[in-house]
Amino acid sequence: MSDTLIEIDHVTFGYDASRTILNDVSMTFLRGKVTAILGGSGCGKTTLLRLIGGVYPANQGRVVFDGELLDTHDKDQLFRLRRRLGMLFQFGALFTDLTVFENVAFPLREHTDLPESMIRDIVLMKLNAVGLRGAAPLRIAEVSGGMARRIALARAMALDPELMMYDEPFAGLDPISMGVTANLIRKLGDTTGATSLIVSHDVQECFSICDYAYLMMPGGRVVAQGTPEQLNASELPEVRQFIRGEPDGPVRFHYPAKPLAEDLGVTA
Amino acid sequence: MTDALSNLGAATLRWLRSLGHAAFFFLDLLRFSPAALRRFSLVVAQVHAIGNLSLVIILASGLAVGFVLALQMYYALVTYGAAESLGLIVNLALVRELGPVVTGLLFAGRAGTSLTAEIGLMKAGEQIAAMEMMAIDPRSRVLAPRFLGGIVSMPILAVLFSAIGILGAYVVAVLMIGVDAGNFWSIMEARVDVWRDVGNGIFKSVVFGVICTFVALYQGYETEATPEGVAYATTRTVVISSLGILAMDFVLTALMFSTP
Repeated sequence: MSDTLIEIDHVTFGYDASRTILNDVSMTFLRGKVTAILGGSGCGKTTLLRLIGGVYPANQGRVVFDGELLDTHDKDQLFRLRRRLGMLFQFGALFTDLTVFENVAFPLREHTDLPESMIRDIVLMKLNAVGLRGAAPLRIAEVSGGMARRIALARAMALDPELMMYDEPFAGLDPISMGVTANLIRKLGDTTGATSLIVSHDVQECFSICDYAYLMMPGGRVVAQGTPEQLNASELPEVRQFIRGEPDGPVRFHYPAKPLAEDLGVTA
Repeated sequence: MTDALSNLGAATLRWLRSLGHAAFFFLDLLRFSPAALRRFSLVVAQVHAIGNLSLVIILASGLAVGFVLALQMYYALVTYGAAESLGLIVNLALVRELGPVVTGLLFAGRAGTSLTAEIGLMKAGEQIAAMEMMAIDPRSRVLAPRFLGGIVSMPILAVLFSAIGILGAYVVAVLMIGVDAGNFWSIMEARVDVWRDVGNGIFKSVVFGVICTFVALYQGYETEATPEGVAYATTRTVVISSLGILAMDFVLTALMFSTP
């Protein structure tokens, strides 16, 4: 069995011909490791997860899942591979017509023939792992944003997937929830042996739990990769600017525009 | 001139493409319906959500239509000394036309918009995407049960609309105006045919159920996942469903009742 679970090989992608989201991206995700994909908003991180999940086909290049070339037109293959992955969406994507318990039970009911008593036990164990066993009977409208994220995490790991993908797992969380979520992700990877992929712009939280990281920049390019220590020590201006959160550097804050004075009509 | 022609061509191509897309969507609904039938509890839940919750508006409207129909028909018929035909006319008007058509229009406004908004918001909240990533086909789990729920609910609602409408007409004609009760019921029994009149009315309502539910689901599933997108989609559901029902009603009536 190869050490590589996912291989992104020279992938280029755009939702339409006029806008390239990912530009010749190559990445390798090792089995059982926690890998972070860092980058600012709009640099194609979430799109990359969708390509791995087979939601969109790459315009160029290939995505290989455990040695198998991903073909988005082959629905049987797609659904077979998706059963091996779990995804935590940025805002949870919980089913609002179901209770917390039913949300976590959903993949179990859909994909297994387990008896109700066993489903109950598994759901309560998963909810216990995220500290929300007591919230099982609540409706989704009754839980906070941080709780919703943890419930979604419990649902994503209900079937003990080989690959867990986390889309901005720390966005909008208070410091306690953020620390708890980060520890959960690491612990989950260590105990189940799952390969974890974290898409985030939260550098410090990711560096505290990941084994390896890629840094992406606007235009969908990978500008750096390495262990957290290597990236922290990097002298590349893009890496330094992003990790230290500096306003000046190769990445511009302003969207391209005419000079402000010209726009305001106050040219000298 | 060339620009106008190319714009017209592009618009025609876009229209044809969306028509083809809708046709494939409809075929998908048909393809996934047998699987949804095997999980009948999902369909029952939708019959409850779509049908049961539309009951109040359907019954209230049926009763009001029955009242007004009896009153208007009585004034018209009594002039020609034909007040005894009131029961028959009210019955035929309701079971052949008003029952299926008005129920269809109300269904589009009450259940159709609700379906479109529900699916659209599921899409906006990434619930549909989450389901796909869980290797669960939303067409099978979400759309097909709703499609069947709509098709089952619609004829039941139409029958209830007609039944309550006839009762409403009875209240106005017999209890308030004083038309003979025996005459009111017996002429219906003698002249209304179960298959030709009631059966065709029910068949119409099944067709309208297919149109309404298909349009509502398609609009919800293909909507742009934004508040504006969902708002436009619900509006389009009502407009397209209503026009579809009225157009199909004319076609079906011409086919079903071409002989006296």
